Amino acid sequence: MTEITINGVARQLAADPHMPLLWAIREELGLSGTKFGCGIAQCGACTVHLDGAAIRSCITPLRAVAGRAVTTIEGLATDAGLHPLQQAWIDEQVPQCGYCQSGQIMSAAALLATKPAPTDADIDSAMRGNICRCGTYSRIRRAIKRAAGQEKSDG
Amino acid sequence: MAKPKRPRLGKWTRRGLITAGVVAGGALVVGIAIRPGHRAPKLRDVVADPDEALLNLWVKIGPDNRTTAIVPHAEMGQGVHTALAQMLADELDADWNLVDVQEAPAHEEYANHNLAKGFLFGDAEIPRALVGTVDGVVLKLTQAMDLQITGGSLSVRATGLHGMRVAGAAAREMLAKAAATAWNVPQRELVLRNSHIRHEESGRRATYAEFAAAAAEITPSSKPRLKDPKAFSLIGTSAKRQDIPAKVDGSAAFGIDARLPDLKTATVRGCPVFGGRVAAVEESAALRLPGVERVVNLGDAVAVVADGYWHANRDLAALAIEWTTNGREAVDQAGVFAQFDGVLAQAEVDGAGDLEVDQGDCEAALAAASKRLEAEYRVPYLAHAAMEPMNCTAWLHDGVCEIWTGTQNPLGARAAAADAIGLEPDNVIVHNAYLGGAFGRRSVHDYVVQAVRVAQAAKAPTKLIWSREEDIAQDRYRPAVTSRFGGGLDDKGHPIVWTNLYVDKHEPAEAPRIPYAIDNQRIASMPSPTHVPFGVWRAVDHSQHAFFTESFIDELAVLANADPYRFRRDLLAHKPRHRKVLDAAAEAAGWGGELGPGRGRGIALHESFGSIVAEVVEARVDAGNVRVERVVCAIDAGYAVNPDGLTAQMESGIVYGLTAASYGEISLESGRVKQSNFHDYPMLRIDEMPEVDTVIVNSGGPLGGAGEPGTPPLAPALANAIHDAIGVRIRELPVSKHDLRV
Repeated sequence: MTEITINGVARQLAADPHMPLLWAIREELGLSGTKFGCGIAQCGACTVHLDGAAIRSCITPLRAVAGRAVTTIEGLATDAGLHPLQQAWIDEQVPQCGYCQSGQIMSAAALLATKPAPTDADIDSAMRGNICRCGTYSRIRRAIKRAAGQEKSDG
Repeated sequence: MAKPKRPRLGKWTRRGLITAGVVAGGALVVGIAIRPGHRAPKLRDVVADPDEALLNLWVKIGPDNRTTAIVPHAEMGQGVHTALAQMLADELDADWNLVDVQEAPAHEEYANHNLAKGFLFGDAEIPRALVGTVDGVVLKLTQAMDLQITGGSLSVRATGLHGMRVAGAAAREMLAKAAATAWNVPQRELVLRNSHIRHEESGRRATYAEFAAAAAEITPSSKPRLKDPKAFSLIGTSAKRQDIPAKVDGSAAFGIDARLPDLKTATVRGCPVFGGRVAAVEESAALRLPGVERVVNLGDAVAVVADGYWHANRDLAALAIEWTTNGREAVDQAGVFAQFDGVLAQAEVDGAGDLEVDQGDCEAALAAASKRLEAEYRVPYLAHAAMEPMNCTAWLHDGVCEIWTGTQNPLGARAAAADAIGLEPDNVIVHNAYLGGAFGRRSVHDYVVQAVRVAQAAKAPTKLIWSREEDIAQDRYRPAVTSRFGGGLDDKGHPIVWTNLYVDKHEPAEAPRIPYAIDNQRIASMPSPTHVPFGVWRAVDHSQHAFFTESFIDELAVLANADPYRFRRDLLAHKPRHRKVLDAAAEAAGWGGELGPGRGRGIALHESFGSIVAEVVEARVDAGNVRVERVVCAIDAGYAVNPDGLTAQMESGIVYGLTAASYGEISLESGRVKQSNFHDYPMLRIDEMPEVDTVIVNSGGPLGGAGEPGTPPLAPALANAIHDAIGVRIRELPVSKHDLRV
């Protein structure tokens, strides 16, 4: 049994402790917002937070997160409403196909948690691990700045 | 959830474009005849509530006065659901906040009539390649109606114009007539707005829903009057995409997110050398790793079924599979290009080639030219690499097969699944989810066929998920192409001749045509088949030919010592729309302004899928590294239905084109694809993203596509910018192959 806290709730998982966290989240816990893209930490679609830091769940074995807190896209909003990044993503009309966007938002949320006023270079380094095949990068950058209160645009 | 009650529908008769039928209970159903001679429609999944009246095939007005737009196109990120709903709601004068979008189920009634019509009658605007991609062959005429394809940038310009707007206008007329009759007032005194009907003088007011049933009793006009563009209230505005909220909180369901009780998960490996078969595989249970239930030999692929993806994939990796050999094991990429070179050289000797353009006298013009230039260009194979790996969930039960997947062509998926397991298409139910990217890949249903066969063998609902490695190794690829050119200038530097011979023509046929006024032209192709399966890739043949033609015209400009923008412009006096787009891009880019050392600008112009696009790339080349700093794009798509959506599609097409031009290369080694995942088939990332500015030119011309036309001009504009910056001409993509340290 591996015990983890997922989106604030303690859970016991019977899965093989070597199983990547991604598949435990999707198949054992039934949370499908975290996506499979490459399986080798090259695309970022599987990004979740481990104790607040962005990690690639496709290469993180379950045993490595035992006793720790994992947050997925489903746990980002609070009772008070959407996370500011989620609202900014809507305001800037970021997603196209949308498949990579859970990972994009989780990477951005980890960035803003440590750097509430990120520079372009900060955004580059925090977000370059997340591929978007639809090419929404300009809008992602604008949305991060909007959520950080740095940029307003007509939406 | 209980299945909605299935309304019994009467026989539909055809009245021009618009048809009518009766629903049990008295309400009438009115709709657009999407194809002639269709059978009674199956609308059970569309009508969620027995009290709802279907006002036409694409319009449903519920008791709560909500209008549901039923669109026959998949949402794969291009914003099509929103744009189509805008077109319908505008003509209907519906309240935008009361408009929902729903994808039509995979029934023949939703077949894409325009696509089929174009196929049958050879409409030059329709890319036939898209028709023929279901199995990589041109479909027979009898199959032409099995099309519900989202591709060819057709959704808005075909379905939108001929379907959604007409449907909205017809429904509006019928509502108005019904209200005028009931209130006994002249129809012209009625005001229809925001899903309400008002009669000022009498002070009467009603919702559309109140007249839905009465309207359905009215014979629809065969040609409802469409709004003058000046009266548009929604078309032409940047209405917010309706699919976005679900895409920021993880709730949007893609094919890979399908859930069923007792679901198995499978993964698969196809023969790495295309065309090979399974010679031997160890299927015995004794060797299976924990969690693995069975191995399924599919003949040309092997699948492992397990309790989850991780177990299935781990077991597949450990599985010893022997493949048959077919002689292709010796083919490598250099060999493919050598084959092309041989075919082209022989064709030049023989004067052979399938002619697309033959005008004037090219030999005489070349002989008379003051300056001549020859050039050969190459592009590699490319994979689509949609972010969501191919997947499909299948469940065979009670004589039916249900599938959950993301497809650009639900009817094609249904037909492919039915054929694979010997069911009637009527017994296959397709649940189409959001597509996690497609770009043409999800118009071929190899993954659907595999899934239904694996589920059949597993005797359990099974989700088949391809690894990324499988996605790269078993794609249907944008073809590798070699293209040769000859050109000549007269003594004033004016181009007088253009010859082009290339291998491996697909569709659309007009892709290598140029808009420029050059008197003597010959454009011809030679077949040179390889064992690499062909696929439609964003913009199809336009993606390679724009690179060739817009590079060569640039080379001719350089040969003439002319400014590349002015050189093109002078050749477009007969093409005012093209010239205007070219001017718009050059002006917005500040063409001619100083850029500084190591920097350069390149321009390219290309028409595809009814839209004309010009792009100006600003690039910096520093110690051999190319950095694209800015792309300015101008597009004339006739009329921008949703300007922000069109802008987003240009940004997307540009990134897709820039990724391919910079890095994109699928190459063969020992008959198989050498690349395997994003580490060796890299994608553009955020730190390489240029500033992109889009200028929309609303010419009022016929509606053009949006999803694809942004891609073709990028590669030549980039190559031309690199030449401008450092004087090196890129004739083979990707750019990363070249050492640009000067």
